[in-house]
Amino acid sequence: MRGSVRGARADRFGLRDLVGEASFGIGARPGRLVLTILGTVLGIASVVVTVGLAQTAAGQISRAFDAVAATQAMAEPATTRTASGAQRATGRLPWDAPERVERLNGVEAAGLVAAVDVGGAEVTAVPVNDPSQPATSAVPVLAASSGLFDAVRGRVVTGRTFDAGHDARADRVVVLGARAAERLGISRVDRQPSIFIGEDAYTVIGVVDGVKRRDDLLSSVVMPTGTARADFGLAAPEELHLRIAVGAGAVIGEQVPVALDPNAPEEFEVDVPPAGSKVREGVQADVNAIFLALGGVALLIGGLGIANVTLLSVMERVGEIGLRRALGATKRDIGGQFVLESAVVGLLGGLIGAALGVAVVVLASVIQDWTPILDLGVVLLSALAGGAIGLVAGIYPAMKAASIEPITALRGGV
Amino acid sequence: MSLLDAPQEAPVAPERRPVLELRELTRTFPTDPPFVALHPTDLVVSAGDYVSVIGPSGSGKSTLLHILGLLDRPTSGEYLLDGVPTGTASEGDRSALRGGRIGFVFQSFHLLPHRSVLDNVLLATLYSGVPRGERLERAHAALDRVGLGHRTQHLPPLLSGGERQRVAVARAVVAAPRVLLADEPTGNLDSANSAGVMDLFDELHADGLTLVVITHDAAVSSRASRRIRIADGHLTEVA
Repeated sequence: MRGSVRGARADRFGLRDLVGEASFGIGARPGRLVLTILGTVLGIASVVVTVGLAQTAAGQISRAFDAVAATQAMAEPATTRTASGAQRATGRLPWDAPERVERLNGVEAAGLVAAVDVGGAEVTAVPVNDPSQPATSAVPVLAASSGLFDAVRGRVVTGRTFDAGHDARADRVVVLGARAAERLGISRVDRQPSIFIGEDAYTVIGVVDGVKRRDDLLSSVVMPTGTARADFGLAAPEELHLRIAVGAGAVIGEQVPVALDPNAPEEFEVDVPPAGSKVREGVQADVNAIFLALGGVALLIGGLGIANVTLLSVMERVGEIGLRRALGATKRDIGGQFVLESAVVGLLGGLIGAALGVAVVVLASVIQDWTPILDLGVVLLSALAGGAIGLVAGIYPAMKAASIEPITALRGGV
Repeated sequence: MSLLDAPQEAPVAPERRPVLELRELTRTFPTDPPFVALHPTDLVVSAGDYVSVIGPSGSGKSTLLHILGLLDRPTSGEYLLDGVPTGTASEGDRSALRGGRIGFVFQSFHLLPHRSVLDNVLLATLYSGVPRGERLERAHAALDRVGLGHRTQHLPPLLSGGERQRVAVARAVVAAPRVLLADEPTGNLDSANSAGVMDLFDELHADGLTLVVITHDAAVSSRASRRIRIADGHLTEVA
């Protein structure tokens, strides 16, 4: 029976016909179309704007973080408490620690630092033995390996920093922190000024400023570790500072202890920045919740708007539906047409909304002088979400349309 | 080639084959008390017949037309369309039969106002399985056939009543149906336009199309070769 009635009906109301009829239905009333899609446009646009601005802002924030927090790491010997309550280091950083860790991927610079015990010797620019002179607070002395200033992002104000040669030869050279230089009255190094630690002279070769870690460097006299070992018997480095690539924190945290001492990696504690995404997620979650909720409400209203207008359109086109049924359309053909009309209206709203959202994000970024960051997948997905909303919104009106009896429908005009 | 050629038709004496066949068919509406719109009815319309059904309003004309047009199901009895029993057919099969073998002409034309004349005619080819490549050609042929080949891009509201009804006729015949069902086709037309539409029906009949015209107008009814009177759900053949 089926074969005899519907045989060779391959060209019966195919997809092309469905799309054609639906597009006519949509285009018939442009004014109404605009009002219909307005809700979806606003909903999708607000979602895109929310996500986009959140991403842009998070990008902006993590960029500020990146400069310091996300790219600094520090390793130090693990400590343990003795029975008497004193803290003791269980391990010891090797003197060649910078060379060891610089071989790791993601480490951009590394340097050791340690406080030097000068045995009560005073640091002065000119050694004057004047008993009546009021006591001044001492300038602390630190020892550093040549890579430290780079690792903590120090900036050379004048002169230079020491290198591995000074270190190896235990040359009596020092670099002054900017505040220490000010205190000692040294502002230029071209005449090779000296400072005195106790009675010994050290040549000042440079002044640094702007360090992002170990702020005490700025008010200290810094000498090479080799010099500190030779002159003051420095026993061990205290901290290893690392400048690392963005996002390398987790890997560095695992690899550095092994690189420092493969036999006893547990003797070191490494302080690495949290993964970048965690920083970002934390910020985003707060910003997003409210705006996404608003966008969701707008989408709901948009969907209801489409459902409403499609239902109205079904009621208006009862005659047309009856006619189509009389011309051989099945309930499915009718239902499909209205679902598709509503889905396309939704998709149209989604596309316009997504475009509008992108425009707003870009414009807001331009005004704030930010770099707009927007996941293109989110944009595409929001546009498609508009279509999905239209599809869902069209189901009830389409069922209504499909259930219209042709006889009753044909009594009225088209 | 004539638009109304039915290629699947057997070559032997096609005129004698019944197109519509009602066997003991009744239609009762489940009101309280039940209203019998059609009493047990037997009717055979053969290929090439031109039948008019005349009767006052409320006589069961519309019920008969709806059943013949597969828009309504009988309460009992069987209705064979082109030899296919329709009583037990699924809704989908009935839709396919409606689209492929029946052409409707309505009193109020039922043209889509925002679509061109050509689109309105093409609409009937969408659901009836006319091959896509032939649709446009056949729609133009149908419009030429009803004398509106020069009005294809007009919108229906800009046409006169007679022209609109001729567009509806073109739409009804474009898919090469086995029978054309007309429900008061001249009910909304003045006498001059009525005559034009009736002349068109005569020509289609002369080309071999089977027509069933339901009317309350004796002048329209008299053009048919077979006349059936319906009153209170009973059919009687008028000589």
